[in-house]
Amino acid sequence: MADLVSHPDEVRVVAKRFGMGATNIDRYLELDGYKAVQKALGMQPEAIINEVKNSGLRGRGGAGFNTGLKWSFVPKVSAKPKYILCNGDESEPGTCKDRLIFEHDPHAVIEGAMIAGLAVGAKSAYIYIRGEYRYLLEIMQKAIADAYAKGFAGKNIFGSGHDFDLYWHGGAGAYEVGEESALMESLEGKRGVPRIRPPFPAVVGLWGGPTVINNAETLASVPHILLGGAEWFAGLGTPKNGGTRLFCLSGHLNKPGVYELPMGYNLKKMIYDVGGGIPNGRKLKAVVPGGSSCPLLTADEIDLAMDFDTLMKAGSMLGSGGLVAVDDSTCMVKFALRIMKFYRHESCGWCIPCREGTDWLEKTLSRFHQGGGIKKDIDNIQYLSENMLGRTFCPLGDAAALPTISIVKKFRKEFEDHLEGKPCPFEKAGTVERLPVFA
Amino acid sequence: MKFSDQFETRFTEMLGHYPTPRSVLVPTLLYAQDEVGYLSDEVIGEIARRLSLTELDVRNVISYYSMLTTKPRGKYNVQVCTNIACLLRGGEELLEHCEKKLGVGHKGTTKDGLFSLEEVECIGACSWAPAVQVNYDFHENLTPEKMDGVLDDYRKKATQ
Repeated sequence: MADLVSHPDEVRVVAKRFGMGATNIDRYLELDGYKAVQKALGMQPEAIINEVKNSGLRGRGGAGFNTGLKWSFVPKVSAKPKYILCNGDESEPGTCKDRLIFEHDPHAVIEGAMIAGLAVGAKSAYIYIRGEYRYLLEIMQKAIADAYAKGFAGKNIFGSGHDFDLYWHGGAGAYEVGEESALMESLEGKRGVPRIRPPFPAVVGLWGGPTVINNAETLASVPHILLGGAEWFAGLGTPKNGGTRLFCLSGHLNKPGVYELPMGYNLKKMIYDVGGGIPNGRKLKAVVPGGSSCPLLTADEIDLAMDFDTLMKAGSMLGSGGLVAVDDSTCMVKFALRIMKFYRHESCGWCIPCREGTDWLEKTLSRFHQGGGIKKDIDNIQYLSENMLGRTFCPLGDAAALPTISIVKKFRKEFEDHLEGKPCPFEKAGTVERLPVFA
Repeated sequence: MKFSDQFETRFTEMLGHYPTPRSVLVPTLLYAQDEVGYLSDEVIGEIARRLSLTELDVRNVISYYSMLTTKPRGKYNVQVCTNIACLLRGGEELLEHCEKKLGVGHKGTTKDGLFSLEEVECIGACSWAPAVQVNYDFHENLTPEKMDGVLDDYRKKATQ
């Protein structure tokens, strides 16, 4: 379905089997499939956790928490069943990588989930796939059925005496469900409203049982770590940022696509070399480094190693690996407005700072873009955003506020250019501003 | 209320996946909608009854999920993404083109009931923007001209 791309700098680990027919279980077996889980069956749970911990694998969904460490929080003994939950609700604007994993290598996700289960003592895993990805849900349904047919799932897997069940689950359109506690609510058949923490899911998760929630790319990385070794995987990236990452390049680029590059790959090179630079003789203005919730970087802030810690130091985030390049023909007020419109639409309304904040900010930005803004509004946008930070149960409020604050701070002049009735300098003359309606 | 055999098989299978029956709710609603076209009062009543929930419980869940609808829509639901990656590559122009071509706006349905139009949030096609989903099918790297071809293909498909 989606086109595959390649670049000489790519290091293919997770993408190793892309385009090789690995949705077929026999083909997957030829390509080293299900070897890692068999290796894990011969290991002590602590040894699996340590291997993943030492590999420096960090959550690929966006938070970047050390995966092995996350697994180690699950209590060894639990009265309630433990669960593995694969987060395939990929919805962060700019992100389209899990889609390729499900499309080309669904068994890697299954295998990763099984290994996670062996590590924490869970006997079943749920693979949650967003509702829009119906064709991928169907691929996963078949993959799970094939794994059962081969005796890799169900009772006595691989004749080891261990039981492990796998279940698919489809969503129905909700960004917020990508947040781990909302994901559990959704799987339990409710509105995707976040849960208060603590207790954390590792202790009290699905139906009250300890639950490990990992992104699809995270789980798909795990079998490779077990086969190649923690040291090898860690060596691919930068210190504390092991391995490679699927970077989704989009926006104003000559060669957009999903590329697998080592953690720590230079962002500038990613844009000008891998992504083929900016089309139509335009200049780069800004970069969304890891999905729409990350603070934006300006064109002169991009000589950076793309890993979690470097981006954090630079005042942004590596996020979900969705890199959106923005050229100098783009109105940043409009860009901020579009981001806010998204978060307003997706806010579940549970926490007032997020529900009211996103609504007020969308209205203010919209009025501003149409020339109805006054100088005080610029500070107000920043003030409102800053007051959403850290005041919500889930990070959706932060996700809306962070890019907005960065745009106001870094592109203040563009806001000033829109003041008091001035037409948007980036819109074609005579085009009437369209106010999209989200009912 | 009669659903297809496939629906019933899947429903029974799913009930075996979870410790609580309610967990099947979200995917079941979407599968029911795929069959009926929308979540009618009858569908809501039936699903609520099967899962021992109140209709209000079910409606409360429906209103949260953007793919679920209680109103009928066209045979082909044209969902145009205008989120950032698509915005930068002509998503809004594509939406305007569809509005003109189909003569309907956001969440509108053509008189013949063939198409409905929807402006949607990120559908996970950022690297292949601008992108549109018609029901569950992705159409990517679009231009207004290519979009005309897509719509024509669905028109033909409907008459077959």
